[in-house]
Amino acid sequence: MKSILRLVLNGRTREDAVSDRSTLLDYLRAVAGLTGTKQGCDGGECGACTVLLDDAPVLACLTLARRCEGKRVETIEGLAPGGRLSRLQRAFHERLGTQCGFCTPGMIMASEALLRRNRNPSDAAIRDALSGNLCRCTGYVKIIESVKTSAAAEP
Amino acid sequence: MTAAMPGFRLVTPRSLAEALAARAADPLARFLAGGTDLLPAMARGLVEPETLIDIGMIAELAGIAVDGDRLRIGAATTLARLQADALVARHAPVLASAAATVAGPQHRTAATVGGNLCLDTRCVFYNQSQWWRRANGFCLKREGTVCHVAPTGTRCHAAFSGDLAPAAMVLDASVEIAGPGGRRIAKLCELYRDDGAAPLCLGDEELLVALHVPAASGWIADYAKSRVRGAIDFPLAGVAVALRRSGDTLAGLRVALTGTGSRPFRLAGTDAEIGHGVDDAALERLDKLVQKQVSPMRSTMTPAHYRRRVAAALTRRLVRRLFAEAAQPPMRGGGATAPQSEMKP
Ligand SMILES: Cc1cc2nc3c(=O)[nH]c(=O)nc-3n(C[C@H](O)[C@H](O)[C@H](O)COP(=O)(O)OP(=O)(O)OC[C@H]3O[C@@H](n4cnc5c(N)ncnc54)[C@H](O)[C@@H]3O)c2cc1C
Ligand code: SF4
Ligand code: FES
Ligand code: FES
Repeated sequence: MKSILRLVLNGRTREDAVSDRSTLLDYLRAVAGLTGTKQGCDGGECGACTVLLDDAPVLACLTLARRCEGKRVETIEGLAPGGRLSRLQRAFHERLGTQCGFCTPGMIMASEALLRRNRNPSDAAIRDALSGNLCRCTGYVKIIESVKTSAAAEP
Repeated sequence: MTAAMPGFRLVTPRSLAEALAARAADPLARFLAGGTDLLPAMARGLVEPETLIDIGMIAELAGIAVDGDRLRIGAATTLARLQADALVARHAPVLASAAATVAGPQHRTAATVGGNLCLDTRCVFYNQSQWWRRANGFCLKREGTVCHVAPTGTRCHAAFSGDLAPAAMVLDASVEIAGPGGRRIAKLCELYRDDGAAPLCLGDEELLVALHVPAASGWIADYAKSRVRGAIDFPLAGVAVALRRSGDTLAGLRVALTGTGSRPFRLAGTDAEIGHGVDDAALERLDKLVQKQVSPMRSTMTPAHYRRRVAAALTRRLVRRLFAEAAQPPMRGGGATAPQSEMKP
């Protein structure tokens, strides 16, 4: 069954017809056309699909789209309006926190959720916030450095 | 996996009565809380509900409050909230430490207390895709006739792997259950039975409403688990310990385990340690007690004898550490193992 879903996606209100079985990940990639959110395992194991739901990090592949009714959803595209990278994104770029890039949108959204709660996180807090995200390339060290660099650059 | 997500109808009741009515109206309906266990299971064809009843909008299932001499935690409370809640930190910090070990932070934003307590049992032959299971001839728990873990037996040995249950059990917690016949309260231990194919003593039409944690003055508790990876991983064995110390001896000791059999359970026989100190001999006795009562089977990639031994080792370490900590003055501001205070409404 399809029904109308109304939500605020990256700051803009949208209305779309979505089916009950549609996950937020399906909705973002296939309906909204935002393919920055990656489909890694599609089963809740890897964190590649991490987006923010009312500022909290969630797995889009384990969230039914219809349960986002009336909520704010933010994806990696939302961090770079007009294509201008955010401080956090620039830090991942400059500190080599990204290699193949597949885990990166999820890593950045999980980090973004942390930095909104805690502007000056310890290493342990960063590791904890990213403990739900897998990366096959970087070995994590550079990712943690990237988040630290971004936090240190806060005005 | 997206392609495999079966069709279903999603309904969102606003009251408990509506949720129970929706369940009674549809024998193939399931309650949906955080969905972090149910949705992956559906994508793998392990459950095929025609209707999902979203219980996330029911006020009665939400919130954490002190109610007389107990803490009442609504079943739809998320694990992220449990980790951060001030009342939990004060009265039942072991629940926060156990919650912090569940899956990853993104799961915990959505995952709930009720879903964690009602988690399906797990097995390496079961938590697989439909085609994997078909290629293996399915198994007793679903669609098949043979258990690949114990082929000569007639029961399923899939392991209960929720982290919260043991932590709540050492606090002597109860669950409030609503069903077509009204409300009932049961000890959390009584929610489980030793059958991997049907691990819950909960009617199909019944719903967990809240977890009740009685005041536990003077007890100190913590939870530890062993797992393959340091995060996003179920326990190979999980142990919760609560103890009370009086001078140089134990005045109370409760141990509960998860991940080592089809149900989480309270270790029997710990009262024999009351009145004794915690020395090597006492720890050795506890080690034996654990090894005797756990029943890990070949349901994980990690061998069963490892899970048996690690369960005993975790118990020894926790008891030793908590007994030492109990001798110290209470930490200010709480913390995972701070002695739990008397509840005042
Ligand atoms: C990669 C991964 C790693 C994980 N690691 C862990 C881990 O380390 N430890 C752990 O404990 N869990 C783990 N989980 C499982 C799961 O995320 C948690 O157990 C979570 O707490 C389940 O809660 P939920 O609200 O998401 O449950 P749901 O998926 O919504 O529900 C689970 C089951 O409980 C039933 N249910 C839910 N609420 C109620 C209620 N109030 N009354 C009656 N029945 C109810 C549902 O019908 C369903 O059968 C993991 C999951 C994944 C995907
Ligand atoms: S223990 Fe046996 S019956 Fe149960 S899920 Fe595993 S293989 Fe299947
Ligand atoms: S795609 Fe969602 S966790 Fe892997
Ligand atoms: S950069 Fe390739 S998976 Fe992380």
